[in-house]
Amino acid sequence: MATIRIAAPDTASAGEVIELKVLIQHPMETGYRSGPDGKRIERDIIETFEVTYDGETVFEADLQPGIAANPIFTFYTRATTSGPIVFKWTGQDGESWSETHDLTVE
Amino acid sequence: MTWSPKRRDVLAGLAGTAALPLLASPAIAKAQPKVVIVGGGFGGAATARFVKTYLPGASVTLIEPQACYTACPFSNLVIAGLRSLEAQQFGYEGLKAIGINVIGDRADDVDPAARTVTLGSGDTVSYDKLILSPGIDIRWGALEGYDESAASVMPHAWKAGPQTSLLRQQLEAMSDGGTVIMSVPTAPYRCPPGPYERASLIAHYLKTQKPASRLIILDAKDEFSKGPLFLEAWAEHYPDHLEWIGASDFGRVISVDPGAMALSTDFDTYEADVANVIPPQKAGEIAARVGVADQTGWCPIDPVDFSSTLQPNIYVIGDATIAAPMPKSAFSANLQAKLCALQIARELNGETPAPTILANTCYSYVTPDGAVSITGVYSNEGGQLSSIEGSGGLSPANPAPGVRAAEAAEAEAWFQQITQQTFG
Repeated sequence: MATIRIAAPDTASAGEVIELKVLIQHPMETGYRSGPDGKRIERDIIETFEVTYDGETVFEADLQPGIAANPIFTFYTRATTSGPIVFKWTGQDGESWSETHDLTVE
Repeated sequence: MTWSPKRRDVLAGLAGTAALPLLASPAIAKAQPKVVIVGGGFGGAATARFVKTYLPGASVTLIEPQACYTACPFSNLVIAGLRSLEAQQFGYEGLKAIGINVIGDRADDVDPAARTVTLGSGDTVSYDKLILSPGIDIRWGALEGYDESAASVMPHAWKAGPQTSLLRQQLEAMSDGGTVIMSVPTAPYRCPPGPYERASLIAHYLKTQKPASRLIILDAKDEFSKGPLFLEAWAEHYPDHLEWIGASDFGRVISVDPGAMALSTDFDTYEADVANVIPPQKAGEIAARVGVADQTGWCPIDPVDFSSTLQPNIYVIGDATIAAPMPKSAFSANLQAKLCALQIARELNGETPAPTILANTCYSYVTPDGAVSITGVYSNEGGQLSSIEGSGGLSPANPAPGVRAAEAAEAEAWFQQITQQTFG
């Protein structure tokens, strides 16, 4: 299980623009590097990152081999209603990791 | 590892000026060339001395506002209470004695077209060749919350002097059980292994004087100079007193709050009793004013003679330069000084500056009586600085008894030699 860190407010007022910052620990191995034995290190990357807020997609990204290890995203969204914010990463072989942050809108 | 034999050969070769062939004839093309040097540290003071050595007939002027220089190498021992600050200080009498004109003023500006330096007093000094050795300045505000006033609460101690004493006093005043936090930036910065030597020596102080306290290093990097050797030493000597948190483990500090003594990373906030913030840096301020620094804040040079690629008749040496893979160290600045002096002498004698071999050794204490070192050897052939493959070396891991102590003795001998040779 990859380590995921999220920085997001627990509460916000309706209409407020909030910052969401999230990081996943992942090697993002490009497939272009050689190991100490001279053999190519196999490609291992996250391919997609998607964030839903109360069921609606608010952020989406396609990741490429040029993106560094432990990708970190910071973005903004408008707080509208109390609900779960779900962060989901999907790897090249279909495996996925997700984490949920509950936001209460007052 | 290619340890002692190779490294010793390199050092022996560089001792004194043996590596720099003396000029066959000091005949001077111009009757009395005027060479002006700004900055009296390991780079500038050595440039003055070696220009005077190679060109005895030249008029050599050193501009430095401080009456004495406070050396950074070994200042981590001062912070740990193992050395006095006075042992770090060197005056300019030795340079005056060999006929160098030392001006105790600030160089405020340079007019490259008129070839003059304007001093703080308003006077001007004219030059044929100008060498800038301005060291570093702090990029205030580059780390959110870290401005000049923050440095009086969370010292950087990255320029030796009052900041060194302040950090020492704070450590002394801290009660046992306290937390010391050090923040380390990404490269480039002065003295790549310096933060880790400092951490080792602070951890030693805590372990022996305030055993319930500890030090946390918050690092913007995942790897660092001599990293495996430091990590080995820390596991052996300071397992309960030092914790290193790298960037991948969320160690990168993005803002500080001196009022709350807090340091924030992307996801965590740490509260410190003593905070040593090593901030992002740039070439000493005058470099930007003179137009020898580029958008990175550092100075591009031609590594054959360390002439600025941006301004004619101006040379830049030491920490201010873009000279990677040579590190920003006193050793490098000092060798660049000798090289620059030699090439200026060649040029003024109507010869062509020629490529040379350069080297650097950095010693770091891991305990008060044990040190590790790294040596690099570099070529400046073709106007490119590059490491010479198969040269240089690193102290061995899992050393035999006495190896670390022998390197500590070498470090001390190095400091004696370089300060003696530079300041006289």
